[in-house]
Amino acid sequence: MEDKRIFSDICGGRLALQCRSYSPFCREFCVSCPRLSLRSLTAVTCTVWLAAYGLFALCENSMILSAAIFITLLGLLGYLHFVKIDQETLLIIDSLGIQMTSSYASGKENTTFIEMGKVKDIVINEAIYMQKVIYYLCILLKDPLEPHNISQVVPVFQSAKPRLDCLIEVYKSCQEVLAHQKATSTRP
Amino acid sequence: MVLKAFFPTCCTSADSGLLVGRWVPEQSSAVVLAVVHFPFIPIQVKELLAQVQQASRVSLAVLGTWCHRQQESEESLGHFLEGLGAIFSHEPWLQLCRERGSKFWSCKATHQQRPGTPGVSSEDHVMLIFYDQRKVLLSHLHSPTVLPDCQAGDATASAEGLAAIFDTVSRSEVLFCKNQFDEGPVRLSHWQSEGVEASILVELAKQASGPVCLLVACLLSLVSASGSCRLWKLWPLPFIASKLSTCEQLRHRLEHLTLVFSTQKAQSPAQLMRKANMLVSMLLDVALGLTLLSWLHSSNRIGQLANALIPMADATGLWPFVSAPARACVHWACLGLELVPLSSLLVLMLILTAHPSNNNNTTAASPHVAEELQHLLQWLMGAPAGLKMNRALDQVLGRFFLYHIHLWISYIHLMSPFIERILWHVGLSACLGLTVALSILSDILALLTFHIYCFYVYGARLYCLKICGLSSLWRLFRGKKWNVLRQRVDSCSYDLDQLFIGTLLFTILVFLLPTTALYYLVFTLLRLLVVTVQGLIHLLVDLINSLPLYSLGLRLCRPYRLAAGVKFHVLEHEAGRPLRLLMQINPLPYSSVVHTYRLPSSGCHPKHSWGSLCRKLFFGELIYPWKQRGDKQD
Repeated sequence: MEDKRIFSDICGGRLALQCRSYSPFCREFCVSCPRLSLRSLTAVTCTVWLAAYGLFALCENSMILSAAIFITLLGLLGYLHFVKIDQETLLIIDSLGIQMTSSYASGKENTTFIEMGKVKDIVINEAIYMQKVIYYLCILLKDPLEPHNISQVVPVFQSAKPRLDCLIEVYKSCQEVLAHQKATSTRP
Repeated sequence: MVLKAFFPTCCTSADSGLLVGRWVPEQSSAVVLAVVHFPFIPIQVKELLAQVQQASRVSLAVLGTWCHRQQESEESLGHFLEGLGAIFSHEPWLQLCRERGSKFWSCKATHQQRPGTPGVSSEDHVMLIFYDQRKVLLSHLHSPTVLPDCQAGDATASAEGLAAIFDTVSRSEVLFCKNQFDEGPVRLSHWQSEGVEASILVELAKQASGPVCLLVACLLSLVSASGSCRLWKLWPLPFIASKLSTCEQLRHRLEHLTLVFSTQKAQSPAQLMRKANMLVSMLLDVALGLTLLSWLHSSNRIGQLANALIPMADATGLWPFVSAPARACVHWACLGLELVPLSSLLVLMLILTAHPSNNNNTTAASPHVAEELQHLLQWLMGAPAGLKMNRALDQVLGRFFLYHIHLWISYIHLMSPFIERILWHVGLSACLGLTVALSILSDILALLTFHIYCFYVYGARLYCLKICGLSSLWRLFRGKKWNVLRQRVDSCSYDLDQLFIGTLLFTILVFLLPTTALYYLVFTLLRLLVVTVQGLIHLLVDLINSLPLYSLGLRLCRPYRLAAGVKFHVLEHEAGRPLRLLMQINPLPYSSVVHTYRLPSSGCHPKHSWGSLCRKLFFGELIYPWKQRGDKQD
């Protein structure tokens, strides 16, 4: 019902994919990035403070030191609250919809729910990103006026950017659920 | 398709009974609205449902049974509940059951009258979704990112998906009006079965709003009738009124007031929200205005302000704020430069940078600002920043402007005894709102800097004339001319004397251009400074006018009222039991609240792009802070 596997993202960092299958028609995929490491935090703080001390030695104005403290604190808060995404979850529920949640390091959650009536398909796309070709999972949405056309493409796992092997895993599970839905919805 | 049962969280501890709700066959979902308790008479239940259906136009039905096992010895109840399916026939028949000991529920959906297989009941997969009835009822669902061109299709699209569930709950409000204290044949359990939720203040306000609206509407019709009287249509008045931002603001506020206090009921929730936003923004405006008024009238600040303003008004040139050392700096910096525009730019950058730091002691340090402006002109008439100008033209222009300042000073001296009185009356207008006071401030600023505007216009006209002459003579120089009929440049063969005169004029104009350009540049930058200040005031007024404060407050205090969508949480799950989800309301983000509910601003200001502004400035076309009739909106 629940298994956890280790994959890597496009830059080679570690990612953990957690698949939970509550029932044949409700599955959850959770991609978690490594948390903020103490080492990088220390390195950034030390750099800022050393620079501030350098400036202080030059100008002999203590405002610089207090400014450095404020900048570090505000920067850290802003980074944790708006930038650093710890976990991205894709919850697919048959005949109800697809829910994407990204949880920030500060605990803030950003949720988007797409109703199943609007979903056309889930596909893996290829894209050129900087100097390399990457793959990403995306949800195709129907045009409300012409159901055969695609109106929008919603990328999934936007911040984690897992590699193809991880995406295939998620893709297969999602397609099973979608196939189950198609089979049951055509049934009278 | 998986059967979805939407169950209200408030009914989880209700006694056993019947589930009443709506069946949506397209999505195979059952929306449970209430639980009917024992004892009841089936005919009366059906009558009640028919009544509610008539009032709300939602097809209600008995969907199944609800069994809450509180005691162990209720085995007989289960059989009884199964038997009820025969009385209230529904397809499929739901059987919800909550065990006493465990947290888990059991739920069965049976199709009993399936043709061909009599007696054998087939079962579906069932998913239980809990929702908070109160929040779903009160929330207003915003469809996600409706493209502007599919507004027409939106009306049909809203009736599908989760919007249908929201719609069902909000339309069956009649059902929730019965509480347990009512003497009725049927006992129901829903979100306000403990008693109808209401507030005395809200009821009183509802009672009072009708007469108040009528009264204010009458008053407003009187005001607008007097506004449309023929006296105001006489020649100069409409022109002046269209240029004064105070009149615009007052008209804007009058429109708001008539809309808010119109006796017609708001048709849609969006319109209701708009009215509320307008009312709150107006109230805040008036409150801020009254605060300003009380601040102004305490300890004779008006007199102080008038005393401070008269020397300012003498000539509101900004040159005096540049201290003498700064001017010396400019002098030395520009000494080596022969390029006029660059050095003048430097001068004005210094003016701009020096201004804020000296802002606080303007009143003390500059008793006679006009003199400083005269000094500036005399500086320009000499050799400004070491540049050698055409002496004759320089003197002519300088004297012309000096005479203007002289006129201005005498005007101010005539005005100065009345300024305090005028300010006192203007200060009273703050009780109409801070925005009106700010608009008046902007108008006063425009009136007091009228001489700067005049200088700017003269400079711009001269400069424009020169640029036009130079461009046409440059064409002559190259043997071309502008064909007016075809709107293009044609080649043309000139005579020798024509060429001679043209070249001569061209030379004269080229040599006179730097002097005019310097005057134009200095006064344009002064003018731009004034326009910037006015623009900032207008920005503040627009912010107060258009910020949807009520919606923002609603989003802050009752996030569920403005719903962007829903989110689901999977509750604890056990194999073999139906899946249970908790549906929560996803509030609209603040940015889209502002975007959706922003009130339209009065919009009398032009929208220049930076490129077109620079182009206009270079060619010496006049820029106005208000909208021209022929202006194209980009």
